[in-house]
Amino acid sequence: MSAYAGHLLEIRNVGKTYGSGPKATHAIDDVSFAVEDREFVCVVGPSGCGKTTLLKCVGGLLRPSKGQVLLRGKPVTSPPEEMALVFQEYGRSLMPWASVRNNVLLPLRHKALGRKERRALVEEALDAVGLTRFIDHYPWQLSGGMQQRVAIARALAYQPSILLMDEPFASVDAQTRADLEDLVLRVREEFAVTILFVTHDIDESVYLSDRVVVLTQAPTEVKEIAEVDLPFPRDQIATKELPDFTQLRGHIYRLIRREHVEPAEDLATATATKGEQE
Amino acid sequence: MTTTFSELWSMMHTHEFWAGFAHTVRGWALGLGIATFLAVPTGILLGSSGFANRAFRVPVEFLRPIPSAALIPLLFLTLGTTLRSEVFLAAFGAFWPLLVQTIYGVRDIDPVAIDTARSFGVGSFERLYRIKLPSAVPYIATGLRISSNVALILAFTAELFMGVPGLGQMMNVAESFGLTVQVYALAVATGFLGLAIYVVFSQLERRALRWHPSHRLDAA
Amino acid sequence: MNRKAYNAAAVAAEIAVPVALLVAWQAWTVHANDPRFPRLSTILVQFRELWLFSEFNLHVVPSLERIGLGFGIAVVLGIALGVPLGLSRWGRIIAMPHVEWWRAMPPPALLPISIVLLHSIGNRQKVAFIAFFCLFPILLNTIDGVRGIDPALLDTARSYGIRRFERIRRIVLPGALPQIFAGLRTSLSLAVIMMVLTEYFSSSSGVGYVLLISKNTLQLAPMWAAIVLIGVLGYLLNLALILVERRVLAWHRGWRAAVVQ
Repeated sequence: MSAYAGHLLEIRNVGKTYGSGPKATHAIDDVSFAVEDREFVCVVGPSGCGKTTLLKCVGGLLRPSKGQVLLRGKPVTSPPEEMALVFQEYGRSLMPWASVRNNVLLPLRHKALGRKERRALVEEALDAVGLTRFIDHYPWQLSGGMQQRVAIARALAYQPSILLMDEPFASVDAQTRADLEDLVLRVREEFAVTILFVTHDIDESVYLSDRVVVLTQAPTEVKEIAEVDLPFPRDQIATKELPDFTQLRGHIYRLIRREHVEPAEDLATATATKGEQE
Repeated sequence: MTTTFSELWSMMHTHEFWAGFAHTVRGWALGLGIATFLAVPTGILLGSSGFANRAFRVPVEFLRPIPSAALIPLLFLTLGTTLRSEVFLAAFGAFWPLLVQTIYGVRDIDPVAIDTARSFGVGSFERLYRIKLPSAVPYIATGLRISSNVALILAFTAELFMGVPGLGQMMNVAESFGLTVQVYALAVATGFLGLAIYVVFSQLERRALRWHPSHRLDAA
Repeated sequence: MNRKAYNAAAVAAEIAVPVALLVAWQAWTVHANDPRFPRLSTILVQFRELWLFSEFNLHVVPSLERIGLGFGIAVVLGIALGVPLGLSRWGRIIAMPHVEWWRAMPPPALLPISIVLLHSIGNRQKVAFIAFFCLFPILLNTIDGVRGIDPALLDTARSYGIRRFERIRRIVLPGALPQIFAGLRTSLSLAVIMMVLTEYFSSSSGVGYVLLISKNTLQLAPMWAAIVLIGVLGYLLNLALILVERRVLAWHRGWRAAVVQ
């Protein structure tokens, strides 16, 4: 792949509206930001602000009503080969009739690879997430956290350069979540991937990322993009004890809380209010 | 095609047509009614008692697949070509799907609901009619939809093959006289009856299913 | 009652109840002494004489052939039509009214018509009749099965760039299979019934034909034996299907068990 001088991933004035006329739902109004190579960018926002819709647009599963998503300068119109998507509902994205191995194998089947190569990729990916022992089990024989790791392994075996993750750890318990967060950080290092990570957990967003994109309430725009200067490697205890961490999370929390306190009632009021705020 | 409908239309002005129609409906209703009356309590009994369920499993599994149609000659020779044969046939056929569905319904209860009731000291019988029965209702509704269809088929079959009065018998007579258009018209009429029954019972089923949290797969 | 005693009693009941019913049947028929209800022992003797094996090739084989062909055609057509209809909303809007109409039609009503339309009372008419009515449960269940596939699975496949045909082959078909099997079971028992009906109505061979003949000649023991045979056939065919299902859908049972918890 030839080197591209500009941003790896650019989200330019993306909006998505469902329906039309007075009953239209503006899931996203106008969102713009960029992601550089090997960055870890988190997207947070109040509930219902269209985070999943945004990620689906970026991933090429939905066509934006306005604006564009550019990957290395080229518009994304369908799921690009370099991107892999990990959903929140791990159980529902894994095929219950196939073993863990065959689930991870699925995205590789149509890639031009030999059988040996595919096997190797599958085993390497499962090793990276620590599930080698369960390679021939069925997904429903595994716990929630393990199933999510299978989904991550599947994304890894696909060898994407960009990983899109939609609240992947929202449905697991706190301790498993901590393990999975560290896993994702390791994966980013080992496999040199760029990660765009949607979450509603503010602590998580600060812990994991290089930058945090904070969204507004619907109709959604980018409220602020915060730089996360915390040192790597991150640690669940040490990093979270740093004063910078506390300050950052407090700042983002306040941004989001303010969104909740002034709910936008309709587009007109929201635009007017925003106009005043600027 | 149009001749069929015009034939049907003119038939609908005759007394005989509606008499036959009524006979079929009567046979269907009696058969379905008896089947329901027998199947639901039996289903509840077999569903709620693991012991009874196991004890009667083999006979049920063996009798269930017997096609009611196979009983036609037997009925012909025993009960004769009367309404009784038609009702027996319809009831026999309609009994099994309803029984099976009722048993499923009584057994497919969320164990959490039962445990909660037990922890509140709700007695065995009360658990049955407060929790198990309401939970079984959607299944019974599904069973009724299936059984109502089966009952109609069998009622009609009895008329067609045994000459019990009704639409089926009329069709048999028309066919033997070579009155093809009448045959078609009667088929259309029967189709409409079948459709009407289907619509009524599937609406009932839909309502019964509406509040039921899931025997769908997205329980999570 | 403790676990072991309960299990022992249950097993005893499982054996005792059917045996008791058979004994009661024999006793009642001996007592009733009614020619319309021959003794169970007589029926069994007839059964053995008739079906094992003198008349077997003459009647049982044609009947099984018709069931096999009719059911087979229904399976292929049902799935081939059901998958695209399950995936296409427009297809459903156009097709469903027709499907619903034919599905509600009582099959015997079409017996005379099928003979007229196909100009035959031979195998062609019978297989067509069986296939036509066996089609609907499979078709409808396939549509439901396809529609019930979790969209998350399909989204995931799309996001990995898996093309439509592969998606159908690797996700839609396996995912819909449990529901399709439910349709297969219904359809198979329907096939047996349709076979009996159409043979009884107009045929010169087959189990249904035997039923008709023995009724016409007032030979009750063979008639009962034929009924028993039909029951046994239905039971065995159903059993075969269940065994196949058990192997193919082993994953499904495990999955449902896990989900319920």
